[in-house]
Amino acid sequence: MTDQPLTDNSTGMSYLDSLPRRMVTVFLPLLVFVFVLLFPFYWMAITAVKPNFQLTDYANYSPLWVVEPTLEHIKYLLFETSYPGWLWNTMLVSFFATLISLVASVFAAYAIERLRFHGSRWVGLGIFLAYLVPPSILFIPLALMVFKLGIYDTKLALILTYPTFLVPFSTWLLMGYFRSIPYELEECALVDGASRWQILTKVLLPLSVPGLISAGIFSFTLSWNEFIYALTFIQSSENKTVPVGVLTELVRSDVYEWGALMAGALIGSLPVVILYSFFVDYYVSSMTGAVKE
Amino acid sequence: MADVTAGSAGRRSWWAGIGQGRHVLGLLFLLPAAVFLVLFLTYPLGLGVWLGFTDTRIGREGVFVGLENYELLWIDSVFWLAVFNTLLYTVGASILKFALGLWLALLLNQHLPFKSFFRAVVLLPWVVPTVLSAIAFWWIFDAQFSIISWALIKLGLIDHNINFLGDTTNARLSVIAANVWRGIPFVAISLLAGLQTIPASLHEAATLDGATGWQRFRYITLPMLSPIIAVVMTFSVLFTFTDFQLIYVLTRGGPLNATHLMATLSFQRAIPGGQLGEGAAIAVAMIPFLLSAILFSYFGLQRRKWQQGGGD
Repeated sequence: MTDQPLTDNSTGMSYLDSLPRRMVTVFLPLLVFVFVLLFPFYWMAITAVKPNFQLTDYANYSPLWVVEPTLEHIKYLLFETSYPGWLWNTMLVSFFATLISLVASVFAAYAIERLRFHGSRWVGLGIFLAYLVPPSILFIPLALMVFKLGIYDTKLALILTYPTFLVPFSTWLLMGYFRSIPYELEECALVDGASRWQILTKVLLPLSVPGLISAGIFSFTLSWNEFIYALTFIQSSENKTVPVGVLTELVRSDVYEWGALMAGALIGSLPVVILYSFFVDYYVSSMTGAVKE
Repeated sequence: MADVTAGSAGRRSWWAGIGQGRHVLGLLFLLPAAVFLVLFLTYPLGLGVWLGFTDTRIGREGVFVGLENYELLWIDSVFWLAVFNTLLYTVGASILKFALGLWLALLLNQHLPFKSFFRAVVLLPWVVPTVLSAIAFWWIFDAQFSIISWALIKLGLIDHNINFLGDTTNARLSVIAANVWRGIPFVAISLLAGLQTIPASLHEAATLDGATGWQRFRYITLPMLSPIIAVVMTFSVLFTFTDFQLIYVLTRGGPLNATHLMATLSFQRAIPGGQLGEGAAIAVAMIPFLLSAILFSYFGLQRRKWQQGGGD
């Protein structure tokens, strides 16, 4: 995020290529990419508003378009299933998991990056390695622990286990961000008699707001998208999150409710997409920044 | 495994640092994160390894059975099929993600109108929850009403519906395609960031010396990009290898276990099947593969840094 692209605004050497050549080598492939990457979303949206009789009748109605769009599927989803409850659960779990992780990560990143106690480099490396431990290895022992702790089938189980992948990631991201803030600012404060706590809350944190925002968005998105823990630790319908609920409760009968399924997938994606579209610049810069480490 | 070293280092610094404010404070600040990671990451990791040596089932404490789970897996053809599938899935999807992601990054690095729009749009598949986009693919891959089959029939390329998820080869290709679709944005945007740090003067100098486009790509872009390629592809390989969601939604390991990955097999044996010990053993069997991937990229990264004359 600190090093600006060197070539971004110049035309570079592209004037050497003629326009028709650029059409074929750049714009055409790019359009194909954009089409393929976006088509599933279009398909979701069009299916969500398509009346059932058009959904499976490709002979008389073009599948790519919809005549007489309907809100029937969305109405069914919102009023006849537990979908609003799942949305609420997902939001609650994501919010608290993010909050806990952010607080823990800010302290940890500050300690590793700025206090530089003995062994802080090793702790930093350990945090990075912790991020590489995948949930698909941890879910079985965690399920056993969750059961023994008596929090099986509660939202608390998810709030407590999600930080396992959120804390390493946010800490790592914030470490990179803290590193980009000049040390001198803190030294000034220290000379002026500020305590470590004051330095953290009054100097470093206000300067790190963009870093905190992107760590928060990342954590929220990761919690929102989480699947394997939610599938394993939650059993009752009223505690399910959106991804698990849509998959396990809406796919029941032999006749798939494709319209409702697609509406569920679309509405479930909306919050993260909206969040992301507001902060896309933080998102892109910190994603590439974190990877560049 | 990580926090074992972290913990011992922390203890040492505690003794060394008593009386020095920042050491004590450092540990204090580290405490919340450390408690979480030790309780819910390090401990379960150890517990998982232990479970692999027991015959624990859901609702019944297990006893130590030594290597029995692993001996059973060794002669279990489904397990070996899952290992093969996982490797095929990882290698196939990673190569495609890398090639297409690099191509997309090169395209986005061109001087384009609406550049930030393209960049934002391209990231969408990566932001949306995997399970939800996988449900969309499930509908796209439907045996009867697949839009792909419909389009190909309309174009006159095929004359009957493709059975995307019902045929073993098709199912493997379909899940790889869905995974590549989701993975391209991450690779492309990360590589784009790398591309933008390459000075344009290098390309200009090479062009003056008469280098072709391919030569500039091969001898300037690729070497300059290789450190970030190593990092991005390590992540990509790790996440593809341990993938669970996509398979669980699209095929649940079927048809005939042709798309069962180690993670889905581990889930199936442990949670619906109730054999926690055996499931844990399958999960533990993934660790050597993951470690070798991390070590491979770590040493690959070192070598490349040295080649570029960079320091440690």
